[in-house]
Amino acid sequence: MLLRHTPKEVHERTALTVNPAKTCQPIGAMYAALGIHRCLPHSHGSQGCYAYHRSTLTRHYKEPVMAATSAFTEGASVFGGQANLLQAINNIFTVYEPEVIAVHTTCLSETIGDDIPQIVAKARDEGKIPPGRYVIHANTPSYVGSHVTGFANMVKGMVDYLAEKNGHKEHRVNLIPGYVEPCDMEEIKRLAGELGVPVIMFPDTSNVLNSPQTGRFHMYPAGGTTVAELIAAGSSLGTVALGSLASGPAARALDTKCKVPCEILNLPIGLQATDAFIDTLRRIAGVTVPESINIERGRLVDVITDMHQYFYHRKVALAGDPDQLVALTEFLVDLDMWPIHIVTGTPGKKFEKRIKEITKEVPHEVNVRAAGDMFLLHQWLKSGPVDLLMGNSYLKYIARDEDIPLVRFGFPILDRVGHSYFPTVGYRGGLRLLEKILDALLDRQDRDSPEESFELVL
Amino acid sequence: MTTLAPEDLGSLVLDINAEEVKKELVGKYPTKVARKRAKQIVANRVEPDLTVPEIQSNVRTVPGLISQRGCTYAGCKGVVLGPTRDILNLTHGPIGCGFYSWLTRRNQTRPKGPEDHNFMTYCFSTDMQDEQIIFGGEKKLRQAIQEAYDIFKPKAIGIFATCPVGLIGDDVHAVAREMKEKLGINVFGFSCEGYKGVSQSAGHHIANNGVFTHIVGLDDTEPDGGFKINMLGEYNIGGDAFEIERLFEDIGVTLVSSFSGNSSYDQFANSHTADLNLIMCHRSINYVAEMMEKKFGIPWIKVNFIGAGATAKSLRKIAAYFENPELTGRVEEVIARELPAVEAVREEVKSRCSGKRAMLFVGGSRAHHYQELFREIGMEIIAAGYEFAHRDDYEGRRVLPNLKVDADSRNIEELQVEADPARFRPRLDVAGITRLEQEGIKLSEYEGMMADMQNGALVIDDISQYETEKLMEIYRPDIICAGIKEKFAIQKSGIPMKQLHSYDSGGPYAGFQGAINFWREIDRLVNSKVWKYLKAPWQEHPELAAKYAWE
Repeated sequence: MLLRHTPKEVHERTALTVNPAKTCQPIGAMYAALGIHRCLPHSHGSQGCYAYHRSTLTRHYKEPVMAATSAFTEGASVFGGQANLLQAINNIFTVYEPEVIAVHTTCLSETIGDDIPQIVAKARDEGKIPPGRYVIHANTPSYVGSHVTGFANMVKGMVDYLAEKNGHKEHRVNLIPGYVEPCDMEEIKRLAGELGVPVIMFPDTSNVLNSPQTGRFHMYPAGGTTVAELIAAGSSLGTVALGSLASGPAARALDTKCKVPCEILNLPIGLQATDAFIDTLRRIAGVTVPESINIERGRLVDVITDMHQYFYHRKVALAGDPDQLVALTEFLVDLDMWPIHIVTGTPGKKFEKRIKEITKEVPHEVNVRAAGDMFLLHQWLKSGPVDLLMGNSYLKYIARDEDIPLVRFGFPILDRVGHSYFPTVGYRGGLRLLEKILDALLDRQDRDSPEESFELVL
Repeated sequence: MTTLAPEDLGSLVLDINAEEVKKELVGKYPTKVARKRAKQIVANRVEPDLTVPEIQSNVRTVPGLISQRGCTYAGCKGVVLGPTRDILNLTHGPIGCGFYSWLTRRNQTRPKGPEDHNFMTYCFSTDMQDEQIIFGGEKKLRQAIQEAYDIFKPKAIGIFATCPVGLIGDDVHAVAREMKEKLGINVFGFSCEGYKGVSQSAGHHIANNGVFTHIVGLDDTEPDGGFKINMLGEYNIGGDAFEIERLFEDIGVTLVSSFSGNSSYDQFANSHTADLNLIMCHRSINYVAEMMEKKFGIPWIKVNFIGAGATAKSLRKIAAYFENPELTGRVEEVIARELPAVEAVREEVKSRCSGKRAMLFVGGSRAHHYQELFREIGMEIIAAGYEFAHRDDYEGRRVLPNLKVDADSRNIEELQVEADPARFRPRLDVAGITRLEQEGIKLSEYEGMMADMQNGALVIDDISQYETEKLMEIYRPDIICAGIKEKFAIQKSGIPMKQLHSYDSGGPYAGFQGAINFWREIDRLVNSKVWKYLKAPWQEHPELAAKYAWE
């Protein structure tokens, strides 16, 4: 057994985390910053942080993940990291020539209390920031929240530093796509395009972290939201933010700073959440939903009706990030599935309340935990078995030990490809999720059914 | 086994002026940075007495330059203690460090039975919150150790400090002592905060000190079997240690302990009963070898099980050390048994790879070890360098007396070890040492990487992203070996890349079977069809036809 020491009985723990269902803020900030065109994310801390974040993102995307570090040594940790950051800014603009450096902090620089705006101002005074180039920052202490918090903070940083009011409202909507995959961002933008709504979407990692192989490496790939767009976001009609945890803070900051009103929605994963997204965009922009979108929606509903018998009352256990889990749980409930064990590592009691609401009509006891871990999820599974697991690659250890099919969903996925190319948002994304769920369930049925009831037609 | 000498090849190295290249590599840097980097880039030149040019290494990474390096925690918890299956490794810090080092290095392990402890699939962390940063984290650490003990009942718990722990002043060692007393199991701490030292290397040293102080020598039971050895600096990535263990079994030597691939706590405790230490990765583990020699009298020799020729040579060294005709006979039998299959693949792969050029920028010994594998299939090494090595790994241990200890290295504790009054037992007398020397086997010696490289090849320490790109532009090598962070920038440039830290996939690459696996892998990479398809037909021939073809 791979997880041979996991007992069935749950001992409540107050200090020990085992097999986390989250990671730390800076990696989310690094990911968000890669969604700015010609931006080099910069980790203000010891070089281990950026090495770990780059490695994990690289393994998840199988793509170059470029970022820099202040490379703290013991001296910097005692005397502060100002000298390191000044030197880094100078070296980065001289050697790597980005348009933007997006600095995020770490537990190390946060504990020391480095004042990034002051250091950046000094860099500017000393002429280390060439004209027309930008240094933005976000505070991302690793000991608060999770990688999702870090993503949210960096997206908010984009607003804080760059968004500007130009005096009049442009007929355009800002879209904040949430902590989703590059292809999901692309799909969200495509749907807005189908509706005929002009948008500025930020961040946008499509064509950065799913870029083509051409035989030429580009330090700054074609994708990413441009600085001009980020500035112009301050004069859009309104903002639609997807995922309250990942996108809410930036949307609210834009409202406060530039008086751009916002609607904060669930991530458009599944039928209802996508409906809400399309309907909101339609109302805000005053457009009619085109037939093409009705067709996409109809196909999703069609497959649900066609295959409902395989979803009906199947139990599911989930681990992942709150924004994703809220939307996904709702989708599964809509399929008449029973999501019964749900864990996120990200803290926040609201999450538990929200999941309880969504699952209140599920005729089964539902376990939900924020600031939980996969060890707890595994223990719950041992007492309350399920038909399906959904979550990141680490769940495969549980899946194998307990012999439960697994659909990979979330971050990180280190052992399969597809997540960065095939979206799970929107109606098409919903179809893909259904396909993955059905493949997992039906492969299992084909594996386990006795010969006499092994069936050709399912 | 014949190895092609570099002079038998048409050499790209000899065609390119390394000094010119060096100028180009640092030309874009700000002056001070250029000056510093210039000392870390040298053109190799091996003198008849094997002296080589000095290369600056184990110095601070330049902020903002995009280096390959990681941190002290990664070297300690990730590299050295990571492969230990029955020590419960608890990270004291915010969640990230524990999360990123969870199962990502591909260390394999084989517990003896289904009931045996194996915690390698688990990640344990105190997941520090702001409350602990403000008020201190010792209380939470203490409680976490208690909970870990209550649930898992391990025989030992290791505590790994992350950056903020050192800053807020949590004393992981005091908590370890207290909990050791309370629980009656071995509990020990490592002050491996990420900001210490200049790279992972400091973490190796800290791990070596901790394992030596807290575990080695706890169990004096003499293990059964003759020719007792320890294997040091082999981490069983992709099953390398399994392949080496198979050879040890076949030649009849007894592996007391491995540091730390496929290891167990009890083996560490017992390792001082061995009669010879073999060092694979000199950089990460030489400290344990030296301390064991001083305290218990166990000599060490450098070995290399990467490459068929190197494996045969290393096995013969072991036989020579023990000076036993039966052992020597078995070693020769095993080599004779394994080589035909190796030779067959070598010849086949060589026909497709010969003349191709490789660069290796990796680790603290792999950039050296893997060169021989490439040379055995007729490939040329045009540049190489380490990520976190010291001068002795480049230039050989002869430079050790002249090494300057800077502030960053001084912060890493150097343990004062003395001979154990009861247990020190010299394994060799003067005659034995002399005999080995006459057979060309030097104890406590490592010649370093540069002595094995051809003149004119570039040696680059702590290479940056910019320098890597420039080198690709200038040399257009056929393959580059580096780490996961470098991998896709290289492959996006149209150059195949083999990850040589955790290999990403595949292995074992050690021993005879490993050489076969590696050559097959290199053959696959450099001769893969996909590289022909980077351009679409209309990109290759963009001119427009005047009309439809069928008109």
